[in-house]
Amino acid sequence: MRNIFLFLWRSYFFILFLLLEVASFYLIVQNNNYQRASFINSTNAISASLYGYMNNISEYVHLKPTNEALARENALLRKETANSFYNNYLQVKPVKDSVFKQQYTYITAKVINNTVSRRNNYLTLNRGSIHGIKPEMGVISSNGIVGIVKDVSEHFCTVLSLLHKETRISSKIAGSDYFGSMVWEGGSPRYATLMDIPKHVQLKLGDRIVTTSYSSVFPEGITIGTIAAFEVKPGDNFYTIKVLLSTSFENITYVYVVNNLMKAEQVKLEEATKNDQ
Amino acid sequence: MISDILANAFRFIILVLVQTLILNNIQLSGYINPYLYVLFILLLPIETPKWLLLLLAFFTGLGVDMFSNTMGLHASACVFMAYFRPYLLKVLAPREGYANETKLSLRSMNLRWFITYASILVVLHHLFLFYTEAFRFSEFFSTLLRVILSSFFTLLLILICQYLFFYNPKGQR
Repeated sequence: MRNIFLFLWRSYFFILFLLLEVASFYLIVQNNNYQRASFINSTNAISASLYGYMNNISEYVHLKPTNEALARENALLRKETANSFYNNYLQVKPVKDSVFKQQYTYITAKVINNTVSRRNNYLTLNRGSIHGIKPEMGVISSNGIVGIVKDVSEHFCTVLSLLHKETRISSKIAGSDYFGSMVWEGGSPRYATLMDIPKHVQLKLGDRIVTTSYSSVFPEGITIGTIAAFEVKPGDNFYTIKVLLSTSFENITYVYVVNNLMKAEQVKLEEATKNDQ
Repeated sequence: MISDILANAFRFIILVLVQTLILNNIQLSGYINPYLYVLFILLLPIETPKWLLLLLAFFTGLGVDMFSNTMGLHASACVFMAYFRPYLLKVLAPREGYANETKLSLRSMNLRWFITYASILVVLHHLFLFYTEAFRFSEFFSTLLRVILSSFFTLLLILICQYLFFYNPKGQR
């Protein structure tokens, strides 16, 4: 017994090292589990409010380009409401109409923290559970898709960016219905890779890639990007397509969180079908 | 003794804030991410007890982790690096041993010694950090490139820091 204590005492440095490594790996693994709210991350009140202060400063510096972007978007939106007034009738005056039933609503949010240079990137938004944000909602910008909500606190939420190794977005080529999944393989934040499009499909450089209706996260037809290059790897039956993303992740500021009002219904139905098999 | 603790605490706060608020926003071609905050562990006094060294490294990493949404990642890399520090100090010791009260800095040691010491530890830290972050071998070479480029850049920042802030050839500390 005494020898064991002596041995432990003599190699306490190595044992402490192992203990601390195990503790940090426990944290890493726990945090990687998709929906487990982690104990300390940037939704944490201290760091989030600090980021809020930092953001106020940088927001002031970027006021002019942001205003210009907003003015442009306002002009665009004004044009669209005038054109599609009849289709939007429900939003103007809530009438029980069985032809147009609202499926998606949008919550505006501001990006208060963002990274693009890591292998796995996240965004933090200034909206949380009191604004109706829930995990697994989609996030889009005025140019294209951004990512999927991960953790939610009272006033903030973190977003799994498209630039993350776990993110797979179901997507198709606009105009045809061939679909594949969009992943990011690291490197430049401007390009992602689209896989699983069969090689008999005719492709053109510059073809638009949009979301499909297969996931309950994004509405159908939201732009993701355009084809920048494509090839068929030897021995492969599918294209590997390099996609120029339409969202510029480096300077993204205002985004919309997609609320699918029929998601619970769709997910419940699909679960029931899956369980029957 | 008290002033040593104060100086190190001050350095800790400044380095973690500089890292999270400024350096984490620097991106050069997606390959270079400098991690200057390891300088805190490099500059701890030689006579720091080994257990304290590991614990300090752990909490430094955790501090950076809290701000960058990477729970445990930096903590594990820092602990890994701190584990090798006492052995490296023993290997690199001058023939007559370290003088009493020697402070580890560019001023008290010479340039060549400091670069050897800092580069070995920085490379160890970055190797562990980037491979744990990628967590797969299919990106082996692109990760290696990130390690090499980022280590070089971190080392450059450390030297600049030493010359700008901690290096005062005339004044007494």
